[in-house]
Amino acid sequence: MNRESGAIDKLFDIIIHALLILLVAATLYPLLYVAFASISDAGELIRHKGFLYKPLGFSLEAYKSVFSNPGILTGYRNTLFIVVFGVVINLLMTALGAYVLSRKNVMWNKLFTFLIVFTMFFQGGMIPVYLTVKNVGLVNSLWSLILPFAINTFNLIIMRTAFLAVPDSLEESAKIDGANHFTILFRIIMPLSMPVIAVMILYYAVEKWNGWFWASIFLKDRELFPLQIILREILLANSTDSMSTGAAAAERFQIGETIKYATIMVSTIPILCVYPFVQKYFVKGVMIGAVKG
Amino acid sequence: MEATRAAASRQNTFAKRVVRDFLLNKYLYLMMVPVLAYYGIFHYTPMYGAIIAFKDYTPMKGITGSEWVGLEHFKAFMGSYYFWRILKNTVIISLYSLCFEFPMPIILALLINEVRHQLFKRAVQTITYMPYFVSLVVICGMIVDFTNSDGVINTLLTYFGYDGKSMLQKQELFRSIYIISEIWQKIGWESIIYIAALMGIDQEQFEAARIDGASRWKQMIHITLPGILPTITILFILRMGNMLNVGFEKIILLYNPAIYDTADVISSFVYRKGLLELSWSYSSAVGIFNSIVNLCLLISANYISRKVNENSLW
Repeated sequence: MNRESGAIDKLFDIIIHALLILLVAATLYPLLYVAFASISDAGELIRHKGFLYKPLGFSLEAYKSVFSNPGILTGYRNTLFIVVFGVVINLLMTALGAYVLSRKNVMWNKLFTFLIVFTMFFQGGMIPVYLTVKNVGLVNSLWSLILPFAINTFNLIIMRTAFLAVPDSLEESAKIDGANHFTILFRIIMPLSMPVIAVMILYYAVEKWNGWFWASIFLKDRELFPLQIILREILLANSTDSMSTGAAAAERFQIGETIKYATIMVSTIPILCVYPFVQKYFVKGVMIGAVKG
Repeated sequence: MEATRAAASRQNTFAKRVVRDFLLNKYLYLMMVPVLAYYGIFHYTPMYGAIIAFKDYTPMKGITGSEWVGLEHFKAFMGSYYFWRILKNTVIISLYSLCFEFPMPIILALLINEVRHQLFKRAVQTITYMPYFVSLVVICGMIVDFTNSDGVINTLLTYFGYDGKSMLQKQELFRSIYIISEIWQKIGWESIIYIAALMGIDQEQFEAARIDGASRWKQMIHITLPGILPTITILFILRMGNMLNVGFEKIILLYNPAIYDTADVISSFVYRKGLLELSWSYSSAVGIFNSIVNLCLLISANYISRKVNENSLW
């Protein structure tokens, strides 16, 4: 290697690292800001302007208010219901579809695949979906956030591709031992496709945990609202008043500021905690999805 | 006579094949029942339901009972004051996101790929994925908070002469806020697929380039980038198919009447008309318009790409 290209490489390295460090800082700072603000003293936070490098004072008042708010608690309960039942149904349905479509020599599979993939490119639209869910009688029930979204077609295709990668010989031997399709799917194929299953669980769980749009149109009763809808009220409609009743007006306004940040933390931390566990599967899982067909 | 008999026997064998296939795979078909039911009820029924765009739908009469009105709603939409405004906004936001947002994850993947230090590499990846897991509601809450008149970003910009007014009240800033926050949230996540593609590039090419004295920059331009071109193309086509599906959830969360002029897009309009003002038929017509344009864009992007570099979805 000649000297000139060596020098260029050095410069290249420096620029790359500088850019990445800048990006990391830009990604992390807003999250840190929220974290700092949530444990800050409400009064000091209101007076402060501009960057925040550390918490201003220390107070857990905001967290106390958040956890004593009935909206947040029912929101948590509803979200947990949606995530737990939703992901189980998602996984089951997606696996069934993916398994059947990954079998060769089934006469109608080509047609089934077409009908399923077609839905990725053409949809009825927001209003007809709403009317359908209404006609099925799911409006104002938590199931309206689970059943109409039982399968994500893109995930189905990823899973099918993963199932196709399982060697045929394993199934053959299972069949000889008298296994039926259910046994083959749940005892052989799924355990062998753990990386993809893990990624699927994560995708679906994040989708369910963070979903708000359909909840905002399907649900009417406050007791059914998931966390995100409550969050929307607090963050975007600025209605923190109800959470700090009893306090004087000025004080209420101050606490309101910190409550916003505490609510963000409380609703975001659980989902951020899940992902490091599945992270190692990401590249593998996404790669399978990238293979077309 | 001969012909009909041949046809009959062909039919016969087809019917036989169906029966044989069914008997052989009956459990597979059984497993498929819930899946097909799901697609039938929640995907194909709404597709059928979309015909209310050609009717004057009232819940009392139902879909079949309502009267046909032909293309009236489409005409009303295309002739309305809103048509050009929301079409323009949708196209501009889509083009911005295609130009500024689409390339970012590719650049990030290329940069990460050049990092030798494993720990630093992992740290960068882990941190840049993180915002993807933060919910849209929270992201929008943060945007509102940081850009309002005494928010961090706003305060910072007043040092540079910004007038300190809440940014979401300003028409001209909405698109930038939208795109920059999209990049912030998704750059890391979307880079994963390119990083996966990068791992598949044949290492011998780099070996050969090094012997020829190519700098790392040259290697990146001449080997790495072409190596992931097929992945880029596929994602680009998929993106085209979604061109008009601008992230309306984010827009609904962020916009306000003061900035409708630059922020209102087709889907947010459908939402407002249909679900808030209950003009179901009209808003379905707008939705269909959107789907058809998307489908056309997808088909043409796929066609062009197949002609130009032999990469295509089908």
